[in-house]
This record gives sequence, C-alpha cells and structure tokens, in this order.
Amino acid sequence: MTALLNLNRRRDPRLAWAGLAVMAIALLVLPFALAGIGTAWVRITNLAILYCFLALGLNIVVGFAGLLDLGYIAFYAVGAYVYALLASPHFNVHLPFWVILPIGAAFACLFGVLLGTPTLKLRGDYLAIVTLGFGEIIRIFLNNLSQPVNITNGAQGVYMIDPFRIGSFSFAKPEVIAGLSFSGPVKYYYILLAFLVASIVINLRLQDSRIGRAWEAIREDEVAARAMGINTRNMKLLAFAMGASFGGIAGGMFSAIQGFISPESFILVESIMVLSMVVLGGMGNVFGVVLGALLLSYIPEVLRYTVGPVQRAMFGRTLIDPEVIRMLLFGFALVLMMLFRPAGIWPSALRKRELESKAA
Amino acid sequence: MDIFLQQLVNGLTLGSVYAIVALGYTMVYGIVQLINFAHGEVVMIGAMVAYTVISMLAATHLPPLAIVTIATLAAIPVCMTVGYLLERVAYRPLRRAPRLAPLITAIGLSIILQNLALLIWSRAPLPYPQVITTVSYSLTSHPNGATITNVQVAILVMSALMMTGLMLLIYRTKLGVAMRATAQNQSVAGLMGIDINRVIAITFAIGAGLAAVAGVMVGSYYGVAHYQMGFILGLKAFSAAVLGGIGNMAGAMLGGLLLGIIEALGAGYVGDLTNLCQLSHWFGAIAERCQTNPNLALFGSNYQDVFAFLVLIAVLVFRPSGLLGERVADRA
Repeated sequence: MTALLNLNRRRDPRLAWAGLAVMAIALLVLPFALAGIGTAWVRITNLAILYCFLALGLNIVVGFAGLLDLGYIAFYAVGAYVYALLASPHFNVHLPFWVILPIGAAFACLFGVLLGTPTLKLRGDYLAIVTLGFGEIIRIFLNNLSQPVNITNGAQGVYMIDPFRIGSFSFAKPEVIAGLSFSGPVKYYYILLAFLVASIVINLRLQDSRIGRAWEAIREDEVAARAMGINTRNMKLLAFAMGASFGGIAGGMFSAIQGFISPESFILVESIMVLSMVVLGGMGNVFGVVLGALLLSYIPEVLRYTVGPVQRAMFGRTLIDPEVIRMLLFGFALVLMMLFRPAGIWPSALRKRELESKAA
Repeated sequence: MDIFLQQLVNGLTLGSVYAIVALGYTMVYGIVQLINFAHGEVVMIGAMVAYTVISMLAATHLPPLAIVTIATLAAIPVCMTVGYLLERVAYRPLRRAPRLAPLITAIGLSIILQNLALLIWSRAPLPYPQVITTVSYSLTSHPNGATITNVQVAILVMSALMMTGLMLLIYRTKLGVAMRATAQNQSVAGLMGIDINRVIAITFAIGAGLAAVAGVMVGSYYGVAHYQMGFILGLKAFSAAVLGGIGNMAGAMLGGLLLGIIEALGAGYVGDLTNLCQLSHWFGAIAERCQTNPNLALFGSNYQDVFAFLVLIAVLVFRPSGLLGERVADRA
C-alpha cells in the first residue's frame, strides 16, 4: 500500500501505515463532526469531494498530458444528463445507478473521442479554444433540445432525479444503522469518499505506469516523445477519453445528489473553476490537485458565511456580492500562481526537480 | 430572395465587427504567437465605458453623432490602457514560459476584468440609450423588402476606415516596419535597434483600441451591454481570425466578414433546411405534427452561436492554416 501510494519511501513504512490509518479514521468520523456544526457543511463537503473527483479527472488531461481543456464541464454535463434522463420521471426510465454511471462514463468518453480526434493534432492553445467552444455548444444544445422532440427539457432542466439506491437501501433517506443515525448527505459522503479514494489510487497508478510516463514525455516535448516511439496521437486521445470518463462519472453523481439539473449548472465558469483547482494545487500532482480542489471549494463557502455579515455590520448593506469575490479569487489564483509559483502550491516531484535544477 | 439580401446585410455588419476584433487577435498572435485570451473582455470594457459616457451626455443637447464620437474617444484610451496592462501583467513576464502559462494568466485576467465590470456597472444587461434615431433605407423597390439602417451603414463605413488606417500604419510607417520585423524574428529585430518590449506593448494597445471601437459598435447595434458579452464575441472573433489564417491581417478581415455572413445566413436558413415537414411523406407522426405546426424544424435560429464553432472546428480540421495563412510549423 505504501509503495502503491508512493509515500515516504525513505521513512519507516510502519509510520506511513500509521499515518494512513489515522487519516482513514479521521475521514470516517468527519461527517459526524460536521453534522454537529450543521448538515449544510456535510453537503458542502460532499460537493467538495465531487470537485476533487472532477479535478482529478481534469488533472489527467491538463496535468499529466499537458492538454489545456477549457470545456471540461461539457463531459460533466453529458454524464449528468445521461444519469438524469435514465433515472427520472422525464422519460419514466428508472435504471439503478451502477448501470447508469458506466453508461454515463462511456458517453462522456465517446464525446471526448469525438472532440479529440479532429483537434488533438492542434497546438495547445488552439485546443484550449476549441474545447472552450465545444463546452458552449454542448450547453446550447442542452438548452435547446426540447424542440421538436423533448429530450433535455430545455432551460427548465430535469427534476425528480432518482438518488443512488441499492435494492431498498436509498442514499437519500436518513436511517439508523447499529445505533448510529445516518442522514442522507452522510451516506452520500461515504460513497463519494469511496469514489474519490478509488480515483486517487487510479491516478497514482496511472502516473507511474507506462501510459503515465508516455504522457509526461508528450507534455515535456512532443517531438522527442514521438521520436522515442510513442504514438502521441493515441496517447493524447487516451488522456482525453479518460479525463472525459471521470467527468462523466462525476456528472452522474452530481445529478443523483442534487436531484435536479439544468444547463445553468454547466456554464464556462464551472470549467474555469475546476481548472483553477488543478492549477492552484499543482498540475500533475495528485495530492496537490486534491488540496487545490478542497481549498477552492471551502474558501468560497467560508466567504459566503463571513463576507456578507461582515459587510452588513460595517456598511449596513452588502457592497460586494460573495459570488463576485469568489470569482475574483479564482481569477487572482490563476494569475498569481502562474506568475509566482507556476508549479502550484504542492508541486509534483518532477516539476520541483525541474525548478531546482534551474536554480542550481 | 429578400430574406437572403437582408441576412447578407446583417451578416456583413456583424462580420465587420468580428473583423475588427479578429484583427486584435491576429496582430498579437502575429507578433508573439500567443492567443490573447482576454481580448473579448477589452471589447466589453469598451462597450461599458461608452455606455457610461453616452448615458451621461444623453441629457445634454449635443448632436447625437458628437455624443457617440465622444463616447468612442473616451473608450479608446481606457481600453488601450487595459490592453497595455494585460501585456504587462499576463504576457511579458511569461514570454519565455511554456505556452500554457500565459494562456492561464489570460483566463484569470479575463475573469478578473469581467467581475470588476460587474462591480463597476451592473449584473443586469445595460440598455444603451438610443441617442441616434434608427432610420431604415429600403434596398429594393419592394416596400417590405430588405433594408439597411443608418447604424449599419455607420458600422460598415467605420470599420472600412479603421481597416484601411491599420493597413497604412502597418505597411507605410516606421512603427509598422518595426512591428513586422518583430513578428518575423524578435531577437534579430532587437539587434537592429528595435525596442521589442515597446513594439509588443504598442501592438497590444492598438488591438485594444480597435476592440474599444468594436465594443461601441456592438453596443449600439444590439442596444445592450453586458459584463459577459465579451466572452462569446471574443470566441467568434477568434474563430474569424483562424478562418482567415491567424497572424494574417487580410485574413482576419476576410474571416470576420465571412463568419458574419455564414452566421447570419445560417441563422436565417437553418430552420428551413432542417424542416422536418419535408419528411411528411415518409413518417406519419411527423405529418400529423406538421398540420398544427408547419415550421417544425430540427434546429432553429437559437442555434446561431453554434455556427461559429462549427466553422472553427471545420477550419482547424481541414485547413489549420486558414484561408490566407501560410502553413504554421507545429510548435508544441
């Protein structure tokens, strides 16, 4: 497990195990502690985990393979709509989630390949703009595909989406198990955490694999990578498709948790936010990305609870909308990180090595 | 046929605005090989500043033309400053950095600009005060035929003038020579005594000045300004620049006009082209629905914004160098 997580190779493995165990226990107890403060915080934590998952997916594309994808939210939207349409009264189809999530991932993957095939031979900045346009196209279609046949229900969105359910065990209802009461969000917390851990492990294993090293080579120098016999086109496509699948799964989970989705949830700002998480945390470093996602998920919530009241107390009214502060925060995070710490708060080992060798 | 002529006029008007914005992209690209991601926001700032000035002067009894001119003249220096700052903050420090870095700072700055505009102006769309009364001129003898408005004429003339002026600047002045030299080879241009940093900053500023005028045009054409208007406009103008061949000035103009026309004709005809009622013979269900709604179409004009992206993707797939551009080497 320690080798798997690539943690602290030089230190005593028992210490690393103990650390992992402590972290695991803390994460298992966390929702109950949060529920003590307020159920809202459990929900916020759930969304934060979802964003971690999403950011890890984007990290495969941007961090590992170095392809700037600005329309990542489109894949999230595809996954979310696949889930919503296959588990809601809209078409009166109610498939179980373990059937839909793979379908959503497959659909998102298909879209990723569709978009990637023509565009991946382009240079990075072109790719960024094309993906940006793609994200917009998906949103326009979601908004308008209520005519002539009502597929997406247009701007009204799809509601009454089924929650995750295994047999009669629903993740949305509160329940008492072994004397402990689990509310809906707490149950979701555990399943999301399981997904997140799985995705972290997949990301770490990918990074050290043949594929991961191929991506790294492409990111650092595509021409050299090709000269070394790497099929750059297929590798880039693979990164794109994998990232898209992660987005699709995250979208499905989002649908189930929210119970309602509309095209409004998949605007460009969301893409930018996920990108900010990856950049802020440290492109290519799995734990850095998780850190970035957690920071950018929690800080706006904290701001929401503090900025408004503080302003009202000082000026008698809300001068600056917390939403604006949130966006300004993202903007400054992107600019300042690129200018002063391009490798992120928690840079990947390789990037750090590069920076140090340059300084030496 | 009148629909065709009308959409052609509308397309040309919009296309000339795209062309002006596309020139900003293409100039910057030509000189530093970077996509100025925040260019659309500069257009937005231009529209916003002009909105403020026009609103302030609307109550005075100045002639309408003077009001719009003053507004434009106010917007230009503001936008040029913004353009200069963009270069200074987002691009100059990262000129030697990997490509992704300046692109990401530009995205960040574009978010910052949008939200600052939101704070200064408002979240709601701002209605442009109608100082100029719109007059429509008939283009055909038919009374209900295609028309062109005085605003459209003004936009067309103004953009033609600006494009000519820019061409003269690039090809007939010393500054133009310096810009072209820098675009060809920065280090050699530097050795020839050209102040590279100054030339690049001026290029950004000129592009931003053009964007300011484009902002005023869009604002007065659609009659609204909104803090998010720059994003989609910028994307379309970028598509136009790529269509014409990025880095190529004539290409940007051609691409802009073409894109405007494609978009207008596309929006005008997509409903007819995808009209499902043509399939009534084959599908009974469609025939039934067509009796109540003869305009049952697969796609309507609400898909207008999709055309620019389709054009962009098509160009990048089939002719990445654009219509007039030369083949660019793949610099990953």
